[in-house]
Amino acid sequence: MSASGLAAQFTELMLAVLLAPLLTGWVNNCRAWLQNKSAPGLLQPYRVIGKLFRKEVVLAHNASPLFRAAPYVVFGCLALAAAIVPTIATDLPLNAAADAIALVGLLALARMFIALAGMDIGTAFGGLGARREMMIGFLAEPALLMVLFTASLISSSTSLATIVETLAHREFVIYPSLAFAGVAFTMVSLAENGRVPVDNPATHLELTMVHEAMVLEYSGRHLAMIEWAASLKLFVYSCMGLALFLPFGVAQAGDWLGIVLALPALLAKLAVGGAALATIEMISAKMRIFRAPEFLGTAFLLAVLAMLLHVLLER
Amino acid sequence: MAAASLDATLALVGAWLAIGALAMAAPRNLTLAARVLFPAGAAVGLALAAIALHALFEPPASRVLPLGLPDLPFHARLDALSAFFLLLLGAVSAGVSIFASGYLRAGQDTPPGLYCLCYHAFLAAMALVLVADDAYFFMMAWETMALSSFFLVLTEHRRAEVRRAAYLYLLIAHLGAISILLSFGALQGGSGDYRFETMRLAAQPSALATAAFLLALAGFGAKAGIVPLHVWLPEAHPAAPSPVSALLSAVMLKTAIYGMLRVALDLIATPLWWWGIVALAIGLASAVFGVVFAAVQDDMKRLLAYSSIENIGLVMAGFGLTLLFRGFGMGALAALALTATLYHCLNHAFFKSLLFLATGSVLHAAGSSDLNRLGGLIHRMPWVAWCALIGSLAIAGLPPLNGFVSEWLLLQAFLFTPGLPQGYVNMLVPVAAALIALTAALSAYVMVKFYGVAFLGQPRGSAAAEAHEAGPWERIGLAWLAACCVALGLVPATVIGMLDPITRGLTGYSIASHAGGWLYLAPLEPQRASYSPILFLLVAAAAVAVAWLAVRVFYHGRVRRAPPWDCGFPRLDARMQDSAAGYGQPVTVVFQPAFRIRTEAPLPSDARPRYRQSADDPLWPLLYLPVAGAVERIGSLVALLQRGRISVYLVYSFATLLLLLLFVR
Repeated sequence: MSASGLAAQFTELMLAVLLAPLLTGWVNNCRAWLQNKSAPGLLQPYRVIGKLFRKEVVLAHNASPLFRAAPYVVFGCLALAAAIVPTIATDLPLNAAADAIALVGLLALARMFIALAGMDIGTAFGGLGARREMMIGFLAEPALLMVLFTASLISSSTSLATIVETLAHREFVIYPSLAFAGVAFTMVSLAENGRVPVDNPATHLELTMVHEAMVLEYSGRHLAMIEWAASLKLFVYSCMGLALFLPFGVAQAGDWLGIVLALPALLAKLAVGGAALATIEMISAKMRIFRAPEFLGTAFLLAVLAMLLHVLLER
Repeated sequence: MAAASLDATLALVGAWLAIGALAMAAPRNLTLAARVLFPAGAAVGLALAAIALHALFEPPASRVLPLGLPDLPFHARLDALSAFFLLLLGAVSAGVSIFASGYLRAGQDTPPGLYCLCYHAFLAAMALVLVADDAYFFMMAWETMALSSFFLVLTEHRRAEVRRAAYLYLLIAHLGAISILLSFGALQGGSGDYRFETMRLAAQPSALATAAFLLALAGFGAKAGIVPLHVWLPEAHPAAPSPVSALLSAVMLKTAIYGMLRVALDLIATPLWWWGIVALAIGLASAVFGVVFAAVQDDMKRLLAYSSIENIGLVMAGFGLTLLFRGFGMGALAALALTATLYHCLNHAFFKSLLFLATGSVLHAAGSSDLNRLGGLIHRMPWVAWCALIGSLAIAGLPPLNGFVSEWLLLQAFLFTPGLPQGYVNMLVPVAAALIALTAALSAYVMVKFYGVAFLGQPRGSAAAEAHEAGPWERIGLAWLAACCVALGLVPATVIGMLDPITRGLTGYSIASHAGGWLYLAPLEPQRASYSPILFLLVAAAAVAVAWLAVRVFYHGRVRRAPPWDCGFPRLDARMQDSAAGYGQPVTVVFQPAFRIRTEAPLPSDARPRYRQSADDPLWPLLYLPVAGAVERIGSLVALLQRGRISVYLVYSFATLLLLLLFVR
């Protein structure tokens, strides 16, 4: 465990927690521009979170302790997830504590807590949202795991740091398996982050909403934690995509200059990625909820195909 | 030294039998059974676990018992594999017995003394199955186990559905027993020597070994509940009292896994690689089938029974992978897959018994285990609810609890697979890994349904609204099992060190020497994969604590209680929540072809519209009813011989006599 490793780990965690709302703001701004609306400003998510923190919490009479603990647990899980994914350096001490499978488990833990919290008050919307969220979860999670397995097989390791190092420092060859995995990963991240075409973060229409229905009973600081966690989730998925498919510019062990240089590279990649996400959302229409299994089933098949391709062609 | 552990184990088995016999001294005395005998049984269980833990690291010991037939004495043997399963039996039964002492109520159809006798005979029989070292002793213990558990399932024998479930259980248990007997017959290879010792040394021809393996797979599979022999599980588990369901699911299914491991890895000298494919395919089919059907159950116990089928499927997949690696001579990977298999056995034993017992507490407190009558129990019975939450998170395979560790090991074993010399097998592996991943994700869905509908939300009936907390005995049992789930999740490297003697004995390889100390779990090579649940938990807990404190320090902690918001709808009631069937509906839609769905929809003109949908097991009409029909037809053909007239029977005797004379001459 080196000094640069600890420094990189700490920087990365703080960067993720502090920058996550900015990424959400950037995506929202891009979307507004594409829709020819005036944008709310990059800092709008911070203003919303700050406002919610100052407001008091209005809690239903029959809310259980689980309901009050869930926002913090979800936030903690996603902060840890952000610390595991290598964004600026691969020499991260926490990488030995949790690998790609543990990362998927961590995201599942967060999802299970938020779904349980959604069912806690016993409203019609909470249960509906929890059920839909878990449905999307059980379809998306295996696809995500298969994408990570493809990368793990290429680098013969499930440790994210080793995966990124192998993928970043190999000679430039186009792996057909990674191409399939990339498409599958994009579809999974759209679904998992509640973006169009699976869910729409900007709507509160009961027929369509998933994530928003589940967190309808939250207010004040609890809602702020959940909003922040949602931003973190988008940040984690974006960084995971960058780490798997565009891992260039990530610093190696002991490379202090590399860490400094990695930061602007990360910001540039995130800016491009955010704009791409906004474009995808612009050009696609929201699906009916029972189209989501087909969408995610396709992602799952593509991911399995990616793994098969790797086993058949690339060994 | 080692023989001392075996003697102590046999003495503890004797103690269990003595406890059962004592109960018969006053069969109607509830206090004696509940307050003295069940706690004593729990103490015996703990002692057994301690001895087994000790025996894991000792060389095998064997002994000829002064029991059995004159020329056919019982042989007993205690090696690392037996010791591991004895440890599981002892540790789980300690929790279950303590719970049972609080759970036992007056008013059961079976008197408490008789129930106590069957219960302890069941425990003793399971222990004897694990130490038996000849086929005769093994089958005696196996059948005692089947019969005692049959009577335990029959505890509420005045209800017709309980009798039906117990009959189905007995039927399939005996089909399995016949298959196991034939398997031992194939293994002794005509020598007439049924000691495991000689089977181990004999080199069976591969055809005979294959027959023995397939028979053992079917026989032990019937007991373990693999698809398509699983039908008794969802019937027998809900019929039995909760501590018995816990023992059936957590321990008895594991004795079947023990039998499979014993036959395939120990008694048969040279396993073939394609056996692994068979076991893997059956395992994956059971896992997916079990979890998909668990998602559409309304009854907590039926849901858990289907979840047991899923978990046995995962264990079987690990077992198949072990055989595959071993068949190709890849010992280190076989050791990894075997470790994953055994670890999952241990995990499943703890979290499944925990959830069955929690269901039992709910059943007593709210009068029903039907999810559609429950809800909001976290307010009325917080102890049970928090323990059940640990169990639910563990069974969903979430870090840092124990279910995740075994799933992690299993997936690691899969990721090492693409090095097998067979190209076609390599191609199957991504598909198999994908199915494991799907199972894991679906089990989280199932557990959100189980926990969310029963413990969260508003009560769906007056009994659930007036439920009471479980008593102190029940709480001790639940807390013990929950603590074991947490501990098994946090120190995986230590647990793998315990499994090391078994993998060394059966595959010749050790993976514990590579694991990076107690903090990190790193099978084979640390740069390939490592996982540290303690660090994981510490960092996550620190993040939660910092977030919570920061909010308190920089902002405030004010809370106002108000009615639920629900988009401004004022008259919220319990019927507006998702019912259990509603929660399962996405699964019926996504996996429609797997079910036999019958829908009863109202007409527009119906004055009292009713909508009803059931999603049933398609294997009943596809497999069981045709077989039952064929048996009935054959039976009626045989009945043609029975004319009921003495003259016809005399003709039969005469014809037999003639035939015999013809042959003997």
